[in-house]
Amino acid sequence: MTASGRPLRGLLDTEPVVATAGVSLLADALRDQAVEVTEAEWQPPLPGAERDLARVMGDPRRVAANAVAFERMTSAHAALVDVVPASEALGLERGTFLHAGPPLEWDRASGPMRGALIGAVLFEGLAASADEAERDLAAGTYDLEPCHQRGAVGPMAGVVSPSMWMYALHDDVYGNDAWCSLNEGLGKVLRYGAYGPEVVERLQWMTHVLGPILRQAVRTTGPIDVRSVIAQMLQMGDEGHNRNRAGSLMLLRELLPGMITADASSSEIAEAVRFSGANEHFFLNLGMPACKLATVAAEGVPGSTVVTVMARNGTDFGVRVSGTGDQWFTGPANTPEGLFLGEYGPDDANPDIGDSAITETGGIGGFAMAAAPAIVRFVGGDVPFALRATRTMYEITTGEHPSFQVPILGFRGTPTGIDVTKVVRTGILPQINTGMAGRVAGTGQVGAGLVTPPVECFRAALAALAAAVPA
Amino acid sequence: MTTHVELRRGTYHDSVSLMQVSRSVAGTDGVTAAQVAMATELNVDVLRGMGFDVPDEASPNDLVVALRTESDDVLPAALAAVESTLAGLRGRPDTGGGEDEVPPRTVGSAARRSGATLALVSVPGPHAVTEAFDAVDSGLSVMLFSDNVSVEDEVRLKDAAAAADVLVMGPDCGTAHIGGVALGFANVVRPGSVGIVAASGTGAQQAMCLLDAAGVGISHCLGVGGRDLQAVVAGRSTRQALRALAADPATDGVLLVSKPPDPVVLDEVERYAAALGLPVHWAVLGAGRPDLTEAVEAFLTGQGVAVPPWPHTPAPREDSALSRGTALRGLFCGGTLADEAMTVAEAELGGIRSNIAHSADLRLGPDLRDEGHVVIDFGDDGLTRGRAHPMIDPTLRMERIAVEASDPTCGVLLLDLVLGHGAHPDPADELADAVRSARRAAHDQGRAMPVVVSLTGTDGDPQDRSRCEHALASAGAGVFLSNSQAARHALGLLRGTA
Repeated sequence: MTASGRPLRGLLDTEPVVATAGVSLLADALRDQAVEVTEAEWQPPLPGAERDLARVMGDPRRVAANAVAFERMTSAHAALVDVVPASEALGLERGTFLHAGPPLEWDRASGPMRGALIGAVLFEGLAASADEAERDLAAGTYDLEPCHQRGAVGPMAGVVSPSMWMYALHDDVYGNDAWCSLNEGLGKVLRYGAYGPEVVERLQWMTHVLGPILRQAVRTTGPIDVRSVIAQMLQMGDEGHNRNRAGSLMLLRELLPGMITADASSSEIAEAVRFSGANEHFFLNLGMPACKLATVAAEGVPGSTVVTVMARNGTDFGVRVSGTGDQWFTGPANTPEGLFLGEYGPDDANPDIGDSAITETGGIGGFAMAAAPAIVRFVGGDVPFALRATRTMYEITTGEHPSFQVPILGFRGTPTGIDVTKVVRTGILPQINTGMAGRVAGTGQVGAGLVTPPVECFRAALAALAAAVPA
Repeated sequence: MTTHVELRRGTYHDSVSLMQVSRSVAGTDGVTAAQVAMATELNVDVLRGMGFDVPDEASPNDLVVALRTESDDVLPAALAAVESTLAGLRGRPDTGGGEDEVPPRTVGSAARRSGATLALVSVPGPHAVTEAFDAVDSGLSVMLFSDNVSVEDEVRLKDAAAAADVLVMGPDCGTAHIGGVALGFANVVRPGSVGIVAASGTGAQQAMCLLDAAGVGISHCLGVGGRDLQAVVAGRSTRQALRALAADPATDGVLLVSKPPDPVVLDEVERYAAALGLPVHWAVLGAGRPDLTEAVEAFLTGQGVAVPPWPHTPAPREDSALSRGTALRGLFCGGTLADEAMTVAEAELGGIRSNIAHSADLRLGPDLRDEGHVVIDFGDDGLTRGRAHPMIDPTLRMERIAVEASDPTCGVLLLDLVLGHGAHPDPADELADAVRSARRAAHDQGRAMPVVVSLTGTDGDPQDRSRCEHALASAGAGVFLSNSQAARHALGLLRGTA
């Protein structure tokens, strides 16, 4: 019995309101009787998935498990609490390098990933030349590990070495920590695979000047509520992945008093402030670990079909799902489509790369595109496209985020908690906004655009979820 | 002659809509054959049978457009007709809206948008259970029209439904009435106080139409699926339905229409109903039991209602100079009606060959042909994979009627026709034409071809039963509201005593 006390939720007490999937004629027959009908535009699921789908849909744990995962994902907090070297934050040993996406070997690494690794080896002073760095990397001298394995995330190539400084974020609700490197700005930068002298030089300056100043600023100001900045920036035209303008300004506003009173020379402080203020993506490296804290809170709920990681290493796209823990499901990364910088064109673009799809996993980025109609100037498409993108994502997500809202959709919460079963049922793939790295090592950024994961990830995840359903 | 075969990847439309597209395109000037269909195994066989060369890589998720035209010049017009009819299938009022609107893609999404209380799922069988779980999880009762759902999935689904306090009607549930709304294939019957619980779709339609003809109305008709009263499903939905009907102020008693239930389940359901204080009358179909008409008559008598003469028109006498075949040929769309006719006929004729035969040795081969007595259920799972139910798409049965017309062993043709919402909008005229040409073809060959139609429906139905009876009688068929009377009349014609 339900609260109304009427059996079958009062089915026999009123004229039914009907939702249909399948033969349109049967919906028409209801309309002929003036019955309110909503017809799903149903299409067959991804080929061959029907047995796994039936199995997982019939898992009695699924609904409650997804509710738990969604509740955790949307209630996790994220505060910037410190800025620390990776060696300290992650226990990263000299000679170990983190990278974006699922696990990867040098042999299969793409141009920008190789470039970023070479740059990091040079930055750490482990090799005297790019050739030497490449030779050592190819020889397996160094250990490569995904950022996600250590609770970190990195944009684009996402390469992290022990001397780099990291933002440290903490969630006091679920007690988790997450880390992300500092943003280097745009142009020829390590994360896009550039490793020239100016790149290494900038990394040195970030380690010796920017990192310590930011640390003093955070420690002076006290924890900064990053989740609250995300909620605000979505109402100021950002989507938190490819557009971070409002978020970056709000972050700078928080940090500025602590930065200018930091114990450093006035010229160093001026340069740190100028560098941070000039960077439109200053906030991205905080939005990402904030989303990581949200998604990590949702991990490990048995029976849950909610995606907790989407990440790309430039070769493979990988996803992880709450109900299957830290297992990766991978497929070949697609190449983004969008707008190119300068003379670059589609042939110059590398396949999809970076941990930044954690933003979409957490319900912002491409999923919040309706909040950022101006983004279409940057990634292509028109304004209705941006609205449609967000609306479409509701078809594959578990719920609407209680704090991240989209004004133009009547302050509807962003679509949050990608559900593997819904992706496989509808064939709708998560919409990811992304930067594009040059295919050739050392090139840097060539454009920005839109990309989707390969379907294989979700088919494989579904198969594993089906196998995990108790008999 | 120009042949065009085209595969469209990832384009999906339901089989009924595509049947309408095919028909519409086939009606274009200069088009000699048109088949627009999903490339299911069955449809690919049909297309190849029509002489179309379907690429091997075609999968059930691909749309095939196959056209044959008199000349090259006609092809562009035919393709344009395909485009415009396909385009007409989309853009319904609830999926339209602005250019940034997105239609719901799952039952759960559709339900959230409208606050739906009931889901009607009719997607192809292998996918149906997924949509049904989605509906149950969204707090909706489900009418699961789809067939080809495994019994294991059915049990899991019904357990989830019980936990969520919703009802799963089905699988393979053809008919339901809830709160005055007819769902699926359903006749327009008068409102009243009899609740119907139906483990059989056309059986329930027949019972409701008989009650209606006797002036007795129904409160609701809840389908439970043909297997619900078998041991493995153990009356899961029946109990839910009885509990709801017991609490319904409009319902005084229940008529439960089912194939023979498992004795243990029967006992449990009876005790359950007794505890609810709900009078339940059983109309159980099967050999050695009263047929459905007799069960309804007993129910009416028990209610103190006079049993009326059931509407009928006897078949006209055939010229005695004509030769006569000796075999009964029953061609049905309704499964329960086919089964009942077979049961009635077997009492007199012995074992009847069928695709739903009562014993394995009587099962028809894949060609569905035999020289002796035959009853075919064209609505059976095996004949509906990848195509619409024969109540919507009568093509296969129409073809078979023509075959019987030139078969000297065919002694009498017994057909059913079920009217109501969801069924073909004008099935009687089409069937009457087929009857007329079948009889003419047989007469031309010097053979008698008596035809009897079991016509389930009411005058309130969109097709109007009286009008349909007249159309069929004019074509030379005997017509009966009572399915068992139709079967008995056919047997009389076979004996030469009717």
